[in-house]
Amino acid sequence: MASRSYDIKSYTGFKFITLACLVILYAPLVVVTIYSFNASKSITVWEGLSLRWYVDVFVGPESEKFKLAAMNSFVIAIIAATVSTTIATLAATAVVRGGNFRLRTASLGLISLPLMVPEIVTAVATLIFFNAIGFDRGLMTILMAHIAFCIPFAYLPISARMQGIEDTYEQAAMDLYATKRQAFTRILLPLMMPGIISGFLLAFIVSLDDFIITNFVKGAGVETLPTAIFGAVKQGIKPNIMAISTMLLGLSVIMVTISYFISKSDNTK
Amino acid sequence: MVPEEQSIAIDVRDAVKRYDDFTALKKLSLSIMDNEFFTLLGPSGCGKTTLLRMIAGFENVTEGEIFLFGEEIKNLPPYQRPVNTVFQNYALFPHMTVLDNVAFGLEMRGSSKSEARKGAGEMLELVQLTQFANRKPSQLSGGQQQRVALARALAPRPKVLLLDEPLSALDLKLRKAMQLELKHLQRETGITFIFVTHDQEEALTMSDRIAVMSDGELQQLGAAKDIYERPRNMFVADFIGETNLLEVSVDKIANGRAVCHLGGGHELTCNSVEGIGVGSKVHMSVRPERLFISATPVENESLKGRVKENIFIGTDISTLINLVDGPEFIVRTSNSDRGNKRIFEPGNEVFVNMEMGAARLLID
Repeated sequence: MASRSYDIKSYTGFKFITLACLVILYAPLVVVTIYSFNASKSITVWEGLSLRWYVDVFVGPESEKFKLAAMNSFVIAIIAATVSTTIATLAATAVVRGGNFRLRTASLGLISLPLMVPEIVTAVATLIFFNAIGFDRGLMTILMAHIAFCIPFAYLPISARMQGIEDTYEQAAMDLYATKRQAFTRILLPLMMPGIISGFLLAFIVSLDDFIITNFVKGAGVETLPTAIFGAVKQGIKPNIMAISTMLLGLSVIMVTISYFISKSDNTK
Repeated sequence: MVPEEQSIAIDVRDAVKRYDDFTALKKLSLSIMDNEFFTLLGPSGCGKTTLLRMIAGFENVTEGEIFLFGEEIKNLPPYQRPVNTVFQNYALFPHMTVLDNVAFGLEMRGSSKSEARKGAGEMLELVQLTQFANRKPSQLSGGQQQRVALARALAPRPKVLLLDEPLSALDLKLRKAMQLELKHLQRETGITFIFVTHDQEEALTMSDRIAVMSDGELQQLGAAKDIYERPRNMFVADFIGETNLLEVSVDKIANGRAVCHLGGGHELTCNSVEGIGVGSKVHMSVRPERLFISATPVENESLKGRVKENIFIGTDISTLINLVDGPEFIVRTSNSDRGNKRIFEPGNEVFVNMEMGAARLLID
């Protein structure tokens, strides 16, 4: 077949490069996952299958520290994702539906810019900002920083979704005696929902996983899961770290998968 | 004709719509009567949809006024205007069932949920879609979606129903059926319909009156028959139906009749029109179905020519005839009485004859 010659699969080395990429990307994760089930105290010597390090995470000597850090992480992630998704939804409504207002392109750029800025820059800037206004570092500073940097992540799927919704739906609603508010809550919001949920999940996972910014703005003694893991690793890698990492990995995979399927489900068709 | 005592549903007075560097409507005025099937007809970009959207409230009015049964509505938001729209792409709410779609307007107008559903059910009965009430719009065919859109717009009993090229997405057969259904629905409900289309045949089929528009201006307003038989200008004559448009010069005017020269020594007499004097070069419109062909001259104004081509178009045969040293004519002959008529073959020498009053002089 003629179209066959343009098929990317027919290029020389395609299979090899694909495989190499997959191995480089995922081999470390696979190793960590496998070794988290190791019965041995060593992180390199395999001694057989066991759940002892998972048990250790929950009841071991360091369990209190990790539980508190996990608790902080989840609370921050839920609040940050909720607030940033709300802001992102409003921003998307304004940018996509607000017509050609002044600085529309600028707003769009400003919302997505943080995705391009190196995280360390954002981290330093955020820290300087909190110092400048004399805000004591602690859970609150982490939360505020997370809300701020989660907005672009929540914004992307929401605005993508919204661009796919024709504005005749709202016009039809208003034509049928719905006020602007009713047209928004009864028509636009339900149609946007897959994008909003997708944005929320993305924001949640980004907040949960964040290390650099958190590490800068957290107060002394306040830990989230990533900073706690980092702290523990500095004193030597123990298999319980691998167990925690594997659980976090699993959670991320689940959330990203859900987000993918929700954003794919299309209720406008 | 529209009776005098009928009230005016929509009165557009000197409406202007300007975008940044483009004027979509240039001081347009027209009145649409109550209980009328009114069509805005014109090519794309003529401003017909803009005018419809101004009546619905989706476009603001740059200048002028729009009255709905005597009430000025140009400053009301769409949700405070008792008019409903059938959108070109239907815009059915995809996340709601057919029944909820139809009930939406009633509910927003303040009916309770059960009342709204009852009203919606009755509307669905009217458009014969009761069995699809609990489906989602995406599970319906194009024709069915179209009827849901119609039911949804009619359910709140608007004073005026606006239809924005609603049939353009349907195939020919379904479109023809829907044209009749729309006309019947209009009679049954007694609601004023304002229909926008670029399809002149559709407009002629359905409308009580037609407003022909181009370039943001009203070209002619009248009953379908009027517009077809007495086009006011060249644009209307050319846009509505098929016609022979000829450049002629007026040789003589006497007793309300004008003798026109077609070139090549051919002459035709038609009714003179005010504003056209002897010597002026104007256009003449002759509908092809009002011409007939004969082998010998029938009267002294028979035009001599030669058959160029016959085109079979189902109900009719369209014959192209070149006049000797003169313009080309299209003549339509109905296929129904072909038995009595001779079909002239290409190359045959023939005469083109005209019914009295078939030729019209056009002002511009």
